Amino acid sequence: MSKMRYERPAIKKLETGLPNKFGMRTEYEPTTHIDGVAVNDLVKQYGSPLFVISERIIRSTIKRARKAFETRYPKVQFAWSYKTNYLNAVCSIFHQEGSWAEVVSGFEYDKAISLGVDGKKIIFNGPEKSVEDLTKAIKNDSLIHIDHLDELYTISELAEKHKSHPRVAIRVNMDTGVYPMWDRFGFNYENGQAWDAINKVMHSERMELVGLHCHIGTFMLSPYAYGIAASKLAELALAVEQKFKHEIRYIDLGGGFASKNTLKGAYLPGIDTNPTFDDFAEAISTALLNSNFKQDKLPLLILETGRALIDDAGYLLGSVISNKRSSTGRRNTILDVGVNILFTSFWYDHKITPAQSFSQYSEDTCVYGPLCMNIDVIRESTNLPLLNRGDHVVIHSVGAYNMTQWMQFISLRPNVVLIDPEEKTHVIRLRETLDNMNSMEKVPAHLEKFSI
Amino acid sequence: MKLRKNVAVSEVGLIFNPVTGESFSVNPIGVEILELIREEKDQNQIMQVLLEKYSTDQATLENDYADFIDILNHHHLIEIHEETKD
Repeated sequence: MSKMRYERPAIKKLETGLPNKFGMRTEYEPTTHIDGVAVNDLVKQYGSPLFVISERIIRSTIKRARKAFETRYPKVQFAWSYKTNYLNAVCSIFHQEGSWAEVVSGFEYDKAISLGVDGKKIIFNGPEKSVEDLTKAIKNDSLIHIDHLDELYTISELAEKHKSHPRVAIRVNMDTGVYPMWDRFGFNYENGQAWDAINKVMHSERMELVGLHCHIGTFMLSPYAYGIAASKLAELALAVEQKFKHEIRYIDLGGGFASKNTLKGAYLPGIDTNPTFDDFAEAISTALLNSNFKQDKLPLLILETGRALIDDAGYLLGSVISNKRSSTGRRNTILDVGVNILFTSFWYDHKITPAQSFSQYSEDTCVYGPLCMNIDVIRESTNLPLLNRGDHVVIHSVGAYNMTQWMQFISLRPNVVLIDPEEKTHVIRLRETLDNMNSMEKVPAHLEKFSI
Repeated sequence: MKLRKNVAVSEVGLIFNPVTGESFSVNPIGVEILELIREEKDQNQIMQVLLEKYSTDQATLENDYADFIDILNHHHLIEIHEETKD
């Protein structure tokens, strides 16, 4: 006779008092499959921990975002934010869906070129662009977004040297009524820096001012701030047209749209409260359409959304190493997933579900990672079923930033697997090995031998 | 070790301690353990019953059992005699 499934004994004190109408539900519902592929099979085949990316979700999300904007505004172009997730397979999906590339370093720029992106469809942002980077971008006729005056003068010199006419945009920072106001990138709108930079570009005649760019913040929860930003950029574009009889071809509102993750300290879950693509699209397109652009002179609207397009497509599978109790009697569960590969656990209360079915019994649990570091906490407090050692869990919405900001710290970075729309799995990044790490190091001859 | 006098355990896993007025909920395996304690089975006997019934290993079960007993004790639901502690 087969034995019954084991669940560890648990007792919970029943608290009396007013029920919390905003209480978070316990994650009883297991995530046994991702896009039709069994989680247990994925772990068996590719190991634990394991990043899993759903191609189906990426494609449906970008389609939903495009629909939100294209139904409201006639000229829309998305540019994939490389820093959010620059795994080649992920970038290629976005390029297949028509997105340009938005890069913020020479490394990312080269990555886009190596993937076959047309240089003309690369937007080069960021405060650090070397002379070598800028020369490459000028030769490829990429769109260079100027961050500061030193960069403006360098581009001007390079344009003269190479007898070229680079296409540039001015990055503008501004007060959109949100806190904190991002003013470290680009030129300020309110104090006239942006207008000053625009005039310098226009009068130099060595560059072609094709666009105006801003990126007002990150994980923005107010779509109205984008409406204010769009209005201010429209005013600048119209001022350029009036003064120089020069048409600004695009307005780039950058990224920063919130995903459906729940920020730490948020009272309600992100999935219920964070704005949708439709909310952002409504605010932005209304502001542009209500500005004084003539109907046939509406600029192209560029969006560099990253997080909101990829977060939900990423899963991180992990396994329970041990269950313990703290000195105060609180349940502690240790997973094999650490903050070195789940950087976003510093910002979000990630949803964690079991990968196998459980009874309805649950415990308030603190979920730790495996690192020998006190900061390695995945969730300070969550209500989880009675997980056993070796059980698998699924951490949701991890697609943004984790696979770029992860660290090789204490342990090696795991495999990343893509599930294609036909439910086939592909390793798109191999797990690291000791050889990988050692291949980058050199030990001086006098340190090669020792005896202990 | 035995259940404290007057502690009521229902079949569905509700516990009421009339001395403190506190209520608890326990999962099915927890109810089984409480019943075995009420029958004055010792730890070895309880382990044996559970290992025969559930798909787990001895080390995991011993660890979880010890943890459960600690929590029962913390909530003053059981009395642990000195001889059983040793």
